[in-house]
Amino acid sequence: MTIGLGHYLSVAAILFTLGIFGIFLNRKNIIVILMSIELILLAVNINLVAFSAFLGDIVGQVYALIVLTVAAAEAAIGLAILVAYFRNRGSIAVEDVNLMKG
Amino acid sequence: MILTAIFFYVFAGACIASAIMVVTARNPVHSVLFLILAFVNAAGLFVLLGAEFLAMILIVVYVGAVAVLFLFVVMMLDVDFAELRRGFLNYLPIGGVVGAVLLAELLFIVGAWVIQPGVPKAITAPIPTTEGMSNTLALGLVLYTRYVYFFEAAGVILLIAMIGAIVLTLQHKPDARRQVISDQLARRRSSAIDVVKVKSGQGLP
Amino acid sequence: MYEAIVFLPLLGAIIAGAIALVGARNRHPGEDPPPPNDDHAAPLVPEHIQGGPAPETGHAEIDHRSHGKDEIAPPAAGSQPAEVITTTLLAISWVLSCFSFVEVGLQGHDAHVTLFNFITSGDLKVDWALRIDPLTVVMLVVVTTVSGLVHLYSIGYMADDPHKPRFFSYLSFFTFAMLMLVTADNLAQLFFGWEGVGLASYLLIGFWFHKPEANAAAIKAFIVNRVGDFGFALGIFAVFLLTGSITFDTIFAQAPSLVGKSFHYLSFNVDALTLICILLFIGAMGKSAQFLLHTWLPDAMEGPTPVSALIHAATMVTAGVFMVARLSPLFELAPVAKEFVVFIGATTAIFAATVALVQNDIKRIIAYSTCSQLGYMFVAMGSGAYSIGMFHLFTHAFFKALLFLGSGSVILAMHHEQDIRKMGGLWRKIPLTYVTMVIGTLALTGFPLTAGFFSKDAIIEADDVVTGSMASYGFIMTVAAAALTSFYSWRLIFKTFHGEPHDHHHYEGARETSKTMLIPLVILAIGSIAAGWPALRLFTGPGAEEFFRSSLAYATDNHVLEDMEHLPLEITLAPTVMMIIGFLVAWQFYIRRPDIPAALARDQGVLYRFLLNAWYFDCIYDFLFVRPAMWLGRLFWKGGDGFVIDGFGPDGVSARVLDVTRNVVRLQTGYLYHYAFAMLIGVAGFVTWFMFSGVGVH
Repeated sequence: MTIGLGHYLSVAAILFTLGIFGIFLNRKNIIVILMSIELILLAVNINLVAFSAFLGDIVGQVYALIVLTVAAAEAAIGLAILVAYFRNRGSIAVEDVNLMKG
Repeated sequence: MILTAIFFYVFAGACIASAIMVVTARNPVHSVLFLILAFVNAAGLFVLLGAEFLAMILIVVYVGAVAVLFLFVVMMLDVDFAELRRGFLNYLPIGGVVGAVLLAELLFIVGAWVIQPGVPKAITAPIPTTEGMSNTLALGLVLYTRYVYFFEAAGVILLIAMIGAIVLTLQHKPDARRQVISDQLARRRSSAIDVVKVKSGQGLP
Repeated sequence: MYEAIVFLPLLGAIIAGAIALVGARNRHPGEDPPPPNDDHAAPLVPEHIQGGPAPETGHAEIDHRSHGKDEIAPPAAGSQPAEVITTTLLAISWVLSCFSFVEVGLQGHDAHVTLFNFITSGDLKVDWALRIDPLTVVMLVVVTTVSGLVHLYSIGYMADDPHKPRFFSYLSFFTFAMLMLVTADNLAQLFFGWEGVGLASYLLIGFWFHKPEANAAAIKAFIVNRVGDFGFALGIFAVFLLTGSITFDTIFAQAPSLVGKSFHYLSFNVDALTLICILLFIGAMGKSAQFLLHTWLPDAMEGPTPVSALIHAATMVTAGVFMVARLSPLFELAPVAKEFVVFIGATTAIFAATVALVQNDIKRIIAYSTCSQLGYMFVAMGSGAYSIGMFHLFTHAFFKALLFLGSGSVILAMHHEQDIRKMGGLWRKIPLTYVTMVIGTLALTGFPLTAGFFSKDAIIEADDVVTGSMASYGFIMTVAAAALTSFYSWRLIFKTFHGEPHDHHHYEGARETSKTMLIPLVILAIGSIAAGWPALRLFTGPGAEEFFRSSLAYATDNHVLEDMEHLPLEITLAPTVMMIIGFLVAWQFYIRRPDIPAALARDQGVLYRFLLNAWYFDCIYDFLFVRPAMWLGRLFWKGGDGFVIDGFGPDGVSARVLDVTRNVVRLQTGYLYHYAFAMLIGVAGFVTWFMFSGVGVH
């Protein structure tokens, strides 16, 4: 069967939903949250590239490249924050990160 | 075509399966490794779509840099992976329901829409792609001409991210000895050498 | 000139008031005033139920009244200018009043001074205007004389009080209000003066406001007055309704046309003029402390003695009498109302006299005596002998003020002791006070040739000649009251000045008081004697109509003044005989056989206590009116205001806001995944809405 645009978009949608699940269903530690964010961004990239391929427009891939860059930067910063937080609090269990309560 | 379909399903299935494992693995190192697997499979999907440059960049940047960074941090923070997911099942019903609703809607949209007839002409008018050109060349033709601003902006973002990461995590060790080049260059013979007359048979006082 | 008479006291009040305010600001710059002297917590409605005649139980109740003054603080700054200025202005006012008496009264030049417009609203046009006719000038002389003498007396009496400027300000303000009342040309201005004197009475009774009893008495006076004022206001409204105006000239001109008209109210038909006059008289009942609305007058003795002399003897309480005289054209056309006035007046006369028989506080005796004499005046008014009522008002002002000021001198000499059971033998120590008080008592009881003899006996004679259903009742009551008056007045003199001293400590320290206090006593004593015979031809007989001209009206069948001249000798001598009987009984009880009163009190215990507690009126009113009113007030306060209005208003709203906030705060858990979950729900909602609302083309 011909793999159409819809298939790729479905894959991206499922990845996106899995990423969302990862954010609020996990109880282990914060790194899983950051990884879930990467999954979400990957889903977005798949979407962009799929549209770019099927519409014949290169701009989608340019955009995907930019998204890639930003995702990398954000992952670096996120992890740096995590490291700094860990140095101060000694734990990265999700339940302990509630200083903003109230 | 059938080969394309097979490869598509393999890549897609593996991607989704490894994504599930990322979220549900107990050992965080396993989570990172499954993330890497997801990225690789996504790169395969990109190749199927004809964006091979992007696929390779995905592997180089994401897997080679970001995922390795994750691995470093996981190792460094000495995370106790024996912690059970205590509250996991509390939210599973409602969270599952909401997520399932969202997924259903996305898939519904995917299956049901069509692109407007006028869209292809409208979008592709500015950027023509010619056959026979590699993906890399096509990207380069566009990226450094029309979208050079975004390119530069992306560079600045990376610079700031680097500075931010260093600022957040750098800790000067108080007793680390480093070279101070300017002191070294400022040495003069008068301060470096002391000529002392020593009598034979006696040491320095 | 007439404006000066009325407004000079106001000027004095403002100046003294400014001095008082500035002084208070300087003493307490921005802080709270010093804490009150509350070593005796009395309930808001003090219950003067006294169990028996023994002095010990009475001491605790009476003696506290004198310790409320701030004896420690020095007199306020600026006291001297305040008292001098106010007294001087009032003296000028008095001189001008005497001029006006000669001008208007004796030479017959009535005056009418319009000041400026007060109200113009539809059909109602009311001006501030001064109406100077003989009735007015009599009152002007009375008010300014007594007020001036009281101002002078207060310089000495309040010598060591720290709040003198305030006191003199209030005194002058009172005088101003009273003068506005007597010079009023319309009912609105009369009512203004009426309320003004009520206010001044409240302020002055409660002058020593650190004492709870004084505050309670002031409130009581004001509220009981208010009840009367309510009737008065209804009367004014009825007058306006029927005549379309509240200016006296207009009302009096229209009055004859109202005879026979009746109000129709709730299937009752009431004669209009009778209703108006009775309503207006209810106001007089409140202001002049007549029977049923009298309860405030004895308690008003909590105020300083000069206040009692000025307000509750000579001027404010006579405002009611004056008002009836002023409205004589109306009353003459409502015979039923006149009967009612006679009834109330006679009942008051006898009631107050019986209560005064057994009182032990020197000022209370004189207060009940005032109440009784006011009853006399109303008997005269109700009998149609208006000029005789005014005559008694005139003379009564002198000797009653004299008695009050004299008692003030006694109180100061006994160092704030007011219980006559503790006094005795003072005639050696304070002879001048003794002499003046004896003169006052002679006048009060109607000793021949004193002023009171002429006026009081004239009332009794007038009441005898008048016809009407209440006439004989009035006559008997006034004659009986004459005997009782004589008895209690001489009882006061004997127990205070004669016999053996009961409190040696105070007795030794008794000294005659200062000149500023003695001069008014002497002047009033002279007035008590001299104000009688020379004024006789102005107030009684045929000369009265010539003097008062149109200010007092007489119906065509009102021949009281003439008929009085032709009475049998028994009637004219009856009051004098009663006075002698009273004197002899008092002599027997308190000089010859002092053990009789105590034995009588013991044997007739119920009657004694009945009289001592003023026929239990205070208890009845407390039970019937005060307690329900307090209950209602508390209900509205706690229930209505607190629960409903505050609960559903500010407090309720703020409590609900807090509730909502407390619940909303629970959303801020601090956990990232909760926030992400919320975002997810939001996204899902958005997508659903977009899908089903037709945004975009599917």
